[in-house]
Amino acid sequence: MDKTAPGMNVNLERVREIVGECRGRKWALIPVVQQIQNEYGYIPPAAIPIVAKGLRLFPSQVQGVISFYTQFYTKPRGRQIVRVCRGTACHVRGGEALLQLLEQRLKIKEGETTPDMEYTLETVACIGVCALAPNVVIGDQVHGQMSTEKMEELLARYTATLPSREE
Amino acid sequence: MEGKRTIFVCQGTGCLSRGSGTVYEELRAEVARLGLTDVEVDFTGCHGFCEQGGLVVVEPEGIFYTHVGVADAREIVDAHLRQGKPVERLFYRDPASRQAVPRYHEINFYKKQQRIILRNCGRINPEKIDHYIANGGYRALRKVLLEMTPEQVIEEVKKSGLRGRGGAGFPTGRKWEFGRNVCADKKYVICNADEGDPGAFMDRSVLEADPHAVIEGLIIAGYAIGADEGFVYVRAEYPLAVKRIRVALEQARARGFLGKDILGSGFDFEVQMKEGAGAFVCGEETALIASIESRRGMPRPRPPYPVQSGLEGRPTTINNVKTLASVPVIIERGADWFAGIGSEKSKGTTVLALSGNIANSGLVEVPMGTSLSAIIFDIGGGIPNRKRLKAVQTGGPSGGCIPARIPHTPVDYETLTMVGSIMGSGGMVVMDEDTCMVEVARYFLSFTQAESCGKCAPCRLGTKQMLEILTRITQGKGREGDIDTLFTLARTVKETSLCGLGQTCPNPVLSTLHYFRDEYEVHIKEKKCPASKWQRLPRRPLRK
Repeated sequence: MDKTAPGMNVNLERVREIVGECRGRKWALIPVVQQIQNEYGYIPPAAIPIVAKGLRLFPSQVQGVISFYTQFYTKPRGRQIVRVCRGTACHVRGGEALLQLLEQRLKIKEGETTPDMEYTLETVACIGVCALAPNVVIGDQVHGQMSTEKMEELLARYTATLPSREE
Repeated sequence: MEGKRTIFVCQGTGCLSRGSGTVYEELRAEVARLGLTDVEVDFTGCHGFCEQGGLVVVEPEGIFYTHVGVADAREIVDAHLRQGKPVERLFYRDPASRQAVPRYHEINFYKKQQRIILRNCGRINPEKIDHYIANGGYRALRKVLLEMTPEQVIEEVKKSGLRGRGGAGFPTGRKWEFGRNVCADKKYVICNADEGDPGAFMDRSVLEADPHAVIEGLIIAGYAIGADEGFVYVRAEYPLAVKRIRVALEQARARGFLGKDILGSGFDFEVQMKEGAGAFVCGEETALIASIESRRGMPRPRPPYPVQSGLEGRPTTINNVKTLASVPVIIERGADWFAGIGSEKSKGTTVLALSGNIANSGLVEVPMGTSLSAIIFDIGGGIPNRKRLKAVQTGGPSGGCIPARIPHTPVDYETLTMVGSIMGSGGMVVMDEDTCMVEVARYFLSFTQAESCGKCAPCRLGTKQMLEILTRITQGKGREGDIDTLFTLARTVKETSLCGLGQTCPNPVLSTLHYFRDEYEVHIKEKKCPASKWQRLPRRPLRK
C-alpha cells in the first residue's frame, strides 16, 4: 500500500484504545467504527487491521461493513461538511440546482473534498426537515428554504470567515 | 401557581435551523432582565409545523407565534408578557383568508387534526420526564405491570385494532401474540426508528418531541412478549432525536421505569440505543437486525420471521415508533375508544408528512379513512400560487401517485393499496400541475436504485434498467417500446425481489404508468414534456 496515502501516517493510539474498551462486547464492530470516525473524522485505512484483530474478525469483514454504509468514510474529509438533502420535498423544490451550484462554486463533485481540505460536498437521503425544503446542512447547522441566491450568500459568509490564504 | 405563564420555544430540528436556539436564550435573558417572576421560559420538541418556525407558544393562553427571530424576542417579552398585549404581527395568517389567528387551537391546520400519536409533541419539554409524567405518562406502564397479565395486554391491543404504523399495517396484537407464544430463554423487542423514506419526518418529530412515549410503549411490548431487552434503532441522520432518546433512557432508568424489578412488579427490562450508519434498506426488519449485529445491513429471505428467529437467532419483535407511541394511550383510554376512531379495517389515526406544493406543510394526524381532499384542502390549505392539484404521492419511494381526479380517496391501508399506492411511512408529497410525472418516477427510482443493497438480482439489475429507461425518456430520448419494457421490468422486480425495498420500488413507476400513461407517450413520441416545471431543472441521476 502507498505509504503516502492519506491515513497512513496518523497516530493510531486512539484506535487501539477504542478497540480495547469494546473488546469482548457483543456486536461491537459498528459502534467501534463509529467511535473511530468521531475521533478522526474518517476511518484511517490503517485502523482496519487493528479493529479486525481486536474484535477477532477478518479485515475483509471490517472493510465490508465500512463500505456498505454510506456514513463511513475512508478518506479524510474537509473541515466543513456541506450536505445537500436529496429528499423528495427538497427535490421538488429545487435541491438539484443547489447541488449544481455548490459543485460549480467549490469546484468539486459530490463526494469530493476541496484540495485545501476546507469543504467536503455530500448528499444526504433525507434529514426530515421537509417542511423547510430545500435544505442544505453545513456542519451541524441546517439551512432551510434555500434558493440559489441564498446559497451564494451563505457560501460567501462561510468563505469570509476562513483565514486568508493564497489561492 | 395562578397567573403563572410558560413560554415554550420549539427546539426541533426545523425551528433550530431558523435560529430558535438563540431565541430561547434571548427570551430567558429578557425575562430575567425584566425580573418577570411569573413567567417560565421552557422549550418543546417539534410541533410538526416547521414551515412556520421558529415557533413560540405562550401557555395557558395558547397564543401561537410564528416566524419568531431573535429580534422579536424582546418585543414578545415586553409587550405580551409584561404589558399583556400579544404581538399581532407574529400571529399565524391563514393562507386563504389572510386573517391573523392568535391561538393554537383556532388554526385550521391544528383544529382539524386529531392528535393521538403526536399528543405531546410541542406541548411538553422532551428532556424533562416530569412533564411527560404530568401529562399522564408512565401511567399505562404502571397499570400494565401491576394490574394486567401479558395476555391481557395482548388482548387489549388486539381488540383496539392497532396495526403497524411502519407501513405494512400488520396487526400489532397478533404480532405480539406470535412473539409471546414462541418458547425461548431470551427474547428481544426492537423499536424501528430508521425512518429512511425521503419526505417522511414524523418519526423524527415524535422522537424529538416525545421520546418517553416510545420508550413506554417499548417497555409494555417487552412485558407483553416476555422480552427483557430492547433496542431503539435510530437513523444517524437524526442527531437531535438520538440525543433526546439518550436523555430519556437515562431519566427512565433513574426513575426505575427501566432496570430490575420495575415498579416492584418483578419485571426486568433494559433498553439500548443503536445508531444506524446510513443505509435505507436497514428499515427492513432482517436488514435492521443484521445492522444491530454489526454486519452488513442486508435482508435475508423470510421465513423464518424475526418473531421466530431474529437477533442472534432469538425471537425478536419489531415495531415502528408510531405504533409504540400509540400503545400507552390504548392502555390508558381503552381498546374500545381507540377502535372507535378510524375506518372499518384501519383503526386509530395516521400521521402524514404533508410537503411539496402545499400551503401548510407539516405533520398532520387524522383518523384513518379521512379523505385526501380534506387533508390537502382543509388542513393543508390547498395548493399555493393558484395552481391546480395534479397528484399526491404517498408512501415514499415504495408508494405510488394518486391522481387529482380521485380526490375523495379515503386514506387507509386498504384503499391506498387498491388505488396502486401504499400507506407506507406516511409521506405525502403534493404535486401541482407543473410537475412532470415521468420525472417523479425517475426521481424515486434513482433513490431506490442507489439504496438497493445488491443482494438479489431482480432489484440490483432491474432498478438499474428501469432507471436508464426513465432517464432516457425524461431527456427526450425515449424509444418506441420503452413503456412495455418498463411494465415487464417493473412486474418482474415487484414479484421476484427478496425484500420490501425491491418488492415495492416499482410502485412509483407502475402507478404513474397507470394514471399518466399519456405523459409518457408525449415524452417518447413528441420528445417534450407536457408539464413545464421540472423541464427546467437539471437532470442528473442522484447517486451515493
